[in-house]
Amino acid sequence: MDDDIRRIIREHGLLRDDVGVLARDDDLYEAGMSSHASVAVMLGLEEHFDVEFPERMLEPSVFASISAIAVAIAELRAGQAVR
Amino acid sequence: MRVGVDLVSVQEVRESIDSFGERYLSRIYTQREVRDCTTAAGIDPERLAARFAAKEAALKALRPNGHGVRLTAIEVRRAAGGWVDLALSGRAAELAAGAGLSDLALSIAHEHGFACAVVVAS
Repeated sequence: MDDDIRRIIREHGLLRDDVGVLARDDDLYEAGMSSHASVAVMLGLEEHFDVEFPERMLEPSVFASISAIAVAIAELRAGQAVR
Repeated sequence: MRVGVDLVSVQEVRESIDSFGERYLSRIYTQREVRDCTTAAGIDPERLAARFAAKEAALKALRPNGHGVRLTAIEVRRAAGGWVDLALSGRAAELAAGAGLSDLALSIAHEHGFACAVVVAS
């Protein structure tokens, strides 16, 4: 999953440096991701993982790092599996 | 009194329209906003960028503090006289009410590839 997340961030996150140099817990906003870019990352994640972030997850901390995104995606997928 | 400000790249908006199309528009903007940003030449990314900046500026003034807020719950409305106002709904309206904020003033601008917005809430 991390590779997919990194690819989506590379495509839409508009970071100053390549996402490949970032650790999982590095802050993506400090790495240059703007608020609008975080929306593009969100849409890319939804498209790739076939999920939809609910309103409660539409806040900056969910997209703040690769690890945070992975936790959110795992939660959404688990919720889909339960249904 | 609270204030929020945001600056958005028009190119980023243009790229999101190209990448995600209708899904980007419907997740971020209301139908009214999309209508206000549509000219004879098609959708205007500059106007959309200004509205995105307005939504982010409003969020900064509302201070969600960990609560998620759908961006469509913050709507930019263009008056016949040309100025713009904000209309809040759902979670955004709850945040404003909870903070005792009844008036939100908005001003937007766009030039040279960027759009900005400032919101003053009292």
